[in-house]
Amino acid sequence: MMPSLPDLSQIPPIDQRGVEERAARIQTRSLKGEGKLAALKLAVSMLDITTLEGADSPGKVRQMCMNAMRPDVRAPEIGPAAAVCVYPSMVSVARKLIDKHASTVKVASVATAFPSGQAPLALRIEDTKFAVEAGADEIDMVISRGKFLSGKFEEVFEEIVQIKEACGDAHLKVILETGELQTFDNIRIASELAMGAGADFIKTSTGKVGVNATLPNTLVMLQAIRDYYRRTGRMVGMKPAGGISKAKLALQYLIMVREILGKEWLSSDWFRFGASSLTTDLLMQLRKQSTGNYQSNCYFSKD
Amino acid sequence: MEDRSVIKKTYKLFIGGKFPRSESGRTYRLVNGEGDVICNVSQASKKDVRNAVVEGRGAAKGWGDTSAFLRSQIIYRIAEMLESRFVQFVQELTSEGVSPEVAAREVSEAIDLVVHYAGWCDKYQALFSSVNPVSSPHYNMSTQEAMGVVAVVAPEESSLLGVLSAILPVIVGGNSCVLLASYMMPVSAITLAEVVATSDVPAGVVNILTGMRSELLPVMASHMDVNALLLCSGEIEERKLARELGAENLKRVILRDDAALHQSPYHILDFQEVKTTWHPIGQ
Repeated sequence: MMPSLPDLSQIPPIDQRGVEERAARIQTRSLKGEGKLAALKLAVSMLDITTLEGADSPGKVRQMCMNAMRPDVRAPEIGPAAAVCVYPSMVSVARKLIDKHASTVKVASVATAFPSGQAPLALRIEDTKFAVEAGADEIDMVISRGKFLSGKFEEVFEEIVQIKEACGDAHLKVILETGELQTFDNIRIASELAMGAGADFIKTSTGKVGVNATLPNTLVMLQAIRDYYRRTGRMVGMKPAGGISKAKLALQYLIMVREILGKEWLSSDWFRFGASSLTTDLLMQLRKQSTGNYQSNCYFSKD
Repeated sequence: MEDRSVIKKTYKLFIGGKFPRSESGRTYRLVNGEGDVICNVSQASKKDVRNAVVEGRGAAKGWGDTSAFLRSQIIYRIAEMLESRFVQFVQELTSEGVSPEVAAREVSEAIDLVVHYAGWCDKYQALFSSVNPVSSPHYNMSTQEAMGVVAVVAPEESSLLGVLSAILPVIVGGNSCVLLASYMMPVSAITLAEVVATSDVPAGVVNILTGMRSELLPVMASHMDVNALLLCSGEIEERKLARELGAENLKRVILRDDAALHQSPYHILDFQEVKTTWHPIGQ
């Protein structure tokens, strides 16, 4: 697709109260029985299992890759997860292990001076190329929130276009860092910029600031994806990240996706969860469904 | 003033320091010997047990790490708060069918029991720990550690004393507990929750549920995040069920009669794990 700067005058204002109320209503919903079981399995298959710590080591990344390929050793029919998400320096480690097992798990890498994005554009492009060359299938970039908040929308747009180019065949997820964008209107504008510039996915957060993914900010982004799809016919994926650690909440996200975007988006090609501890809770709930007993997290791997 | 309508209390659950209704919305009606309704009591569900265990797990580490002397002071505080509610407890026990004399004696005994166990907090370790003889140049020591979350099914036939005699040894030992009160005599258990809530006992250390044993015992016994189960029941079937379901996570299952437990430091030992340490001599 050719990048095209969205017409900002056509972006609808967001009804903050309306969004919050709708998200709150979704939180009163609960899946039971067969539906719950199917949704839990689907959620596992949508996981981008993530480690983004200064203390990440090759050993930890390999352990996480094994987990992503087979999340529950006692239930091999569960999983695999959609992807592992690591820093660029760890991409080659993950790539090697996943290729060795010929797994479908994708390797995603954050790039572009994650998490702040506060580096010269040339360096951020280098960062991206490094990750792609090391074997990343997917790049999770951050937008320049500083530029966005000072109203330099075109610059932000242009940056995304250039990063997309640097990605080559790798899929691009654009992190808006909604916790720093202050208003729903800004989240909507940033979503439009990212999609117009060629994002394959838009993603809420880095997980490194106070407010990460929430149902309301995800709702705003889903609406932007829906409207963009109606305008252009191009599907864009969604990835909420950070702060989703309970299965119940994850299922509410799925309900919301189903309501706003429809069934087509209910696959790991179009929806992901960026998470680390969510995996354990999903597996605990699945085990609860199969055994009938409430579970303890001490019987599940933490990393 | 005689004409005013009396405000009836809603007896709710006690989970994580709060007094929620059952998530199921269910209640049951408590009726006295004359057929008068005493009150409505929350009927806890499986999910209430789950929520209580989550709270218990969250509180267990902090409570276990609390110094023995501070635990002792906090438990002594329970006795102080009980004393100030003496009349209320006697009234409630009487409403459940106990004679006023017996009720007064039970409340007195209950308060004395709390003081007794408060004293054990910083003493049981000395009594139950040991230095073990080994044939190598090592000091070898065994000490007691809290197990974690203990589910307690209180005696059906004993009210205040039954509840206290069951949970005190558990919390003295640094565990948190999830208690299911007597179905027919739950009132003083919930009033006790009000005492616990105002005694500096951290939220989640004591959780009190009311409801049907046949529904909740299997959930407590099979819960993988419960370390031990104390069942005060003479029913063969219940005891069998507790042992079978508890086997899934090698839960420690302690079976007692359907009556208040006699005071003894050995009840504390029921919910301790032994930790043995080897330390080389001369280093």
